[in-house]
Amino acid sequence: MEAATGPSVWGLRGGERRLGDRLFSGAAIASGIAILTVLAGVAIFLLIQAVPALSASTDELAEGKGLVEYIAPLAFGTVLAATLAVIIAVPLAVAVALFISHIAPRALAQPLGYIVDLLAAIPSIVYGLWGIFVLGPAAVGVMKWLEDNLGFLPFFQGPASVTGRTMFVVGIVLAVMILPIISAVAREVFSQAPRRQQEGALALGATRWEMIKMTVLPFGRSAVISGSMLGLGRALGETMAVVIILSGSGGITFNLIGSGNPPTIASNIASKFPESSGIEVNELILSGLVLFAITLLVNMGARSIISRSERHAAEGKKRA
Amino acid sequence: MSGTTAPVGFDSRDVFGGESGIGRGRLPDWVPYALAGASLAITFLILTLLDQVSAVRLVIGTALISGISIYAVSRAVESPRQAKDRLVTVSIASAFVFAVLPLASLLWTVVDRGMARFDTTFFTESARNVVGEGGGAAHAIWGTLVITGLAAAISVPIGIMAAIYLVEYGKGKRLARYLTFFVDVMTGIPSIVAGLFAYAVFALIFGPGIRLGVMGSVALTVLMIPIVIRSAEEMLKIVPDHLREASYALGTPKWRTIVKVVLPTALAGMITGVMLAVARIIGETAPLLVTAGVIDSTNMNPFSGRMETLPVYAYFEYKTPGIPQDASYDRAWAAALTLIVIVLLLNLIARLFYRRFGTEIR
Amino acid sequence: MKEDGEDLTETETPERIESPVDAPRASAAGSTSPATAEKPSADNRAKAIEVSGLSLFYGDFKAVEDVDMSIRPNKVTALIGSSGCGKTTFLRSINRMHELTPGARVEGHMTLDGADIYGPGVDPVEVRRQVGMVFQQPNPFPTMSIYENVAAGLKLNTRRIKKAQLDEVVERALRGANLWNEVKDRLNKPGSGLSGGQQQRLCIARATAVQPEVLLMDEPCSALDPVATLAVEDLIQELKKNFTIVIVTHNMQQASRASDYTAFFNLEKSGDPGRLVEMDETTAIFSNPTQKATEDYVSGRFG
Repeated sequence: MEAATGPSVWGLRGGERRLGDRLFSGAAIASGIAILTVLAGVAIFLLIQAVPALSASTDELAEGKGLVEYIAPLAFGTVLAATLAVIIAVPLAVAVALFISHIAPRALAQPLGYIVDLLAAIPSIVYGLWGIFVLGPAAVGVMKWLEDNLGFLPFFQGPASVTGRTMFVVGIVLAVMILPIISAVAREVFSQAPRRQQEGALALGATRWEMIKMTVLPFGRSAVISGSMLGLGRALGETMAVVIILSGSGGITFNLIGSGNPPTIASNIASKFPESSGIEVNELILSGLVLFAITLLVNMGARSIISRSERHAAEGKKRA
Repeated sequence: MSGTTAPVGFDSRDVFGGESGIGRGRLPDWVPYALAGASLAITFLILTLLDQVSAVRLVIGTALISGISIYAVSRAVESPRQAKDRLVTVSIASAFVFAVLPLASLLWTVVDRGMARFDTTFFTESARNVVGEGGGAAHAIWGTLVITGLAAAISVPIGIMAAIYLVEYGKGKRLARYLTFFVDVMTGIPSIVAGLFAYAVFALIFGPGIRLGVMGSVALTVLMIPIVIRSAEEMLKIVPDHLREASYALGTPKWRTIVKVVLPTALAGMITGVMLAVARIIGETAPLLVTAGVIDSTNMNPFSGRMETLPVYAYFEYKTPGIPQDASYDRAWAAALTLIVIVLLLNLIARLFYRRFGTEIR
Repeated sequence: MKEDGEDLTETETPERIESPVDAPRASAAGSTSPATAEKPSADNRAKAIEVSGLSLFYGDFKAVEDVDMSIRPNKVTALIGSSGCGKTTFLRSINRMHELTPGARVEGHMTLDGADIYGPGVDPVEVRRQVGMVFQQPNPFPTMSIYENVAAGLKLNTRRIKKAQLDEVVERALRGANLWNEVKDRLNKPGSGLSGGQQQRLCIARATAVQPEVLLMDEPCSALDPVATLAVEDLIQELKKNFTIVIVTHNMQQASRASDYTAFFNLEKSGDPGRLVEMDETTAIFSNPTQKATEDYVSGRFG
């Protein structure tokens, strides 16, 4: 303690440290430690509550299934929904970011940025209601068309749902929800692309698109990757929109437009938890732990890419 | 230009797009806009004739027609390279419009369907003993205020002190490195997991099946702290070092420098950050579903009994409708509208506040 | 955490090492002729500073090596030299601002009227109350009014002061900084609304209001236009009646106009530590330097 409150800045030797300084820095450090403790607590408490499910016998568990048998379809549904969302969102998010950073008139850039940020501010329960009442019904026709014309692909083999409570609709809604996250990261980095390179490209007679292709996109590539991973993390853990939209009553399948898809881990917890008791609760918490682990890995990956590219950018700046 | 000899393998026409370079035509600025407008009109006309008008079709049709026409005109008047540039511009702009369409549709739907029950009863009565029409969300609004307020009361001091540690004390320390890393990790915790955590903690103490308002606050705290730290850290970082040095040079101890010089300079930004953080967590549903639970009447005590919040209310009005169904759905939409209004107002006020009171720092 | 603590203690403890005698080094303090003392005013608090064998580090990098110097009370001492020669680092070590940079370290002796600035148990906060500083960029506190800025040093240090007394201190400091007449009608306006030159004089008033004994100035005029620069230089001549002044400047004319003594710092090549080449009365440095490097620098034959 003594050492960490340490006067790296004051450089004061001897015992005469001011009481105020000691109290204040002590409080600051205590807050930092408290936060780390909470995070460790999240893992530990979930683990404690998950243990009974690990030692329970198969017929005690929900639906009389073993743990792997129970969680695997959920994990599959989680990853499928999130992947679909990322595939839809990334190209749009890059376009949105480019539009704001390089294409829209300068005066419009900031208000347009606010509009995109608003997408991130809408509560997920509202997205869920919108998805089930508006987007789902609207997508029925599209899904029918996909079945008729692209039915040879496993994704669209049908039969197409007539309610819109499908993985396809979930993917689109999740894509809308994570788009602002990805585009915010991309926008930030696109706007920091070295000016001199951009001017250099323009001075060579490049058109704006050629300049973007030559300088901005290569510069922002790792930001797009890490932003996409952050978006993936968010989509993996998203709960309410999925609970409301997805019928979630099937097994593992790649069919996106049918009505038999597995629920995601998060949506399964939200829909089962209020009515569960005993060992089923422990089982749900165990599935939550699995979700926690998956998102943790994805987010750590994203952060390490970001910090590596930040270091890279900082070095580049120093050299320049 | 045309007479210039270029090095081997380099043709100046590649760069200057046309045989006479600068001499070649350039479309006036208004042309692409005019073409885009015309494309919109044509698309609208065609869709009306087919009786197929919808916003999505309108955007796609306009994007296609204007993309093709602008490309063709530019290729004829300007150069192939310029034409490609314009085509990409149209595509990106269209993608942007396409991406914000859901927002427009969503806002319109929420307002359209939410207005039906956006009335006094909704804000003054609870859902107690309500099966059909009537009833309100007063209990859920109070629940939202209490739970969110409590979460903010825990997260704000801890978050700000931790940010102070990171910026003012922790530079280069191992604790600071860990903290930065794990705060990043914490931003990615799924909200349902935060809910399970709060449940797990309280279930260990009070036994399984427990539901309390304060459990919801704890869950929200886990989600709110990293947001508060992040924004406070940003704001403290932009306080220039020369202000700290000016204070030190007057013989001011470090903690008073932070309290009297650094914090006031960063204050407006930090308040803005807190407002945005509240806006983020006030719409959380999943963690409250497993912690604070569902209830039809008003409970103001977070330490005793279940407590409902607005998003949970909206969810259950949708999930377990009464008879007639539409009365419940209307209440769900009214709750959604209330939430959106709260969130947008918080965002708006936060930004205006920062613009008005943000300290100008050079 | 333990480790951090340990290497901190190391950084904080200046080691007292005997400076190796360096024959060709400029005989700084010794060669200066005793100054003809001016009559000090009643408020005079000026103290002398003695430096011996002082080296300054940023981590492993030695920025300044082995400086011996005496700074006389009620005199203006100018520190000149090319960029990166360590003169600002040296200046910041006088009020222990140097150690604010993480990893910064000090070796050697420095005394303020005989009291060891780097002695064990000495509180740097106390040192800074006695050795004030004015920075390159005017830096009034943006959240405070003009009045509050001047009063900041007193108010930030918790001392309970009656309003009337504080008013008096503020007025005297502003008058002392030749700023009173310009701002007396808008004391409650933010300090950031003043012009650059006024802001710098406000910062000088802020520094003098706590009644330090020494005033350090780090290129105080580099951000100012010529008229504001002259105003500050005039002010410096006033201030030396009450304070000891040490000023870093890149401006040769300023050094020759405003200072009584001049110390020339130089470094052999980039990456080497800066050294004090020579120190003497300003007239001597500019007319008759003993070192070739000094002559080259003051006559402008130096990069």
